[in-house]
Amino acid sequence: MLSTSTTSQSAERQGLPPMPQSRKSRPVFLNPARIQLPVGALTSITHRISGVLLAFGIPFLIYLMDMSLEGPSGYGRVAAMLDVLWVKGAVIVLTWALAHHVLAGIRHLLSDVDVGSQLPAARRSAWIANIGGVCVALLAATVLL
Amino acid sequence: MLLFVVYCLVHFLADPPHSYPAWHAWITASGIRMATTLFFAALLAHAWIGLHDVLMDYVHRTAIRVGVLALTGFGLTAIGFWVVRILWLRQG
Repeated sequence: MLSTSTTSQSAERQGLPPMPQSRKSRPVFLNPARIQLPVGALTSITHRISGVLLAFGIPFLIYLMDMSLEGPSGYGRVAAMLDVLWVKGAVIVLTWALAHHVLAGIRHLLSDVDVGSQLPAARRSAWIANIGGVCVALLAATVLL
Repeated sequence: MLLFVVYCLVHFLADPPHSYPAWHAWITASGIRMATTLFFAALLAHAWIGLHDVLMDYVHRTAIRVGVLALTGFGLTAIGFWVVRILWLRQG
């Protein structure tokens, strides 16, 4: 997480320039390449992004469920829609979001009960969540494409 | 929710319903229909908590915050009624 500490040492460590002394030294130009995002922070923010993505997916999922249960013709239309390439792409992205959200969520719950909340274990589980989500998405891609 | 998702995944991989009658029969079987309803209830509750947290973090102006939260709550409630209508109020 980015801290708001004003000591120059911690500011330097995060790749940020020293705190400006007055408003006159603004604007401050950050070099994005020098900002360090720890792997746990990446897991955390993608957990949030994937959650929002999934929430937006809910109405589309229910729309498809609705149509597919209208009758044989609706079922056929849904089957045809799921054959379209960009729809398959959307399904794969949502599969990634679900897998990542589940893995990162379990990691979060475990660290709530103090399992793996020490830094080395937390880093390892963060990598597992990030890579695991991508692996599941690749698996879905090979099944669907 | 996770158990339901995994169950559905296994079911659709092992024995996918390839026709409308098979799909309709599967989802209207009383156990699956109930489980699906509970799944969507839990899913919508979870979506509300998550979206609420995100909106509280990023939307600071009180008026906009209240408006967006109300809209979200209204939308999720409507989706809930939609699910009930699909699963329980449709004849045939």
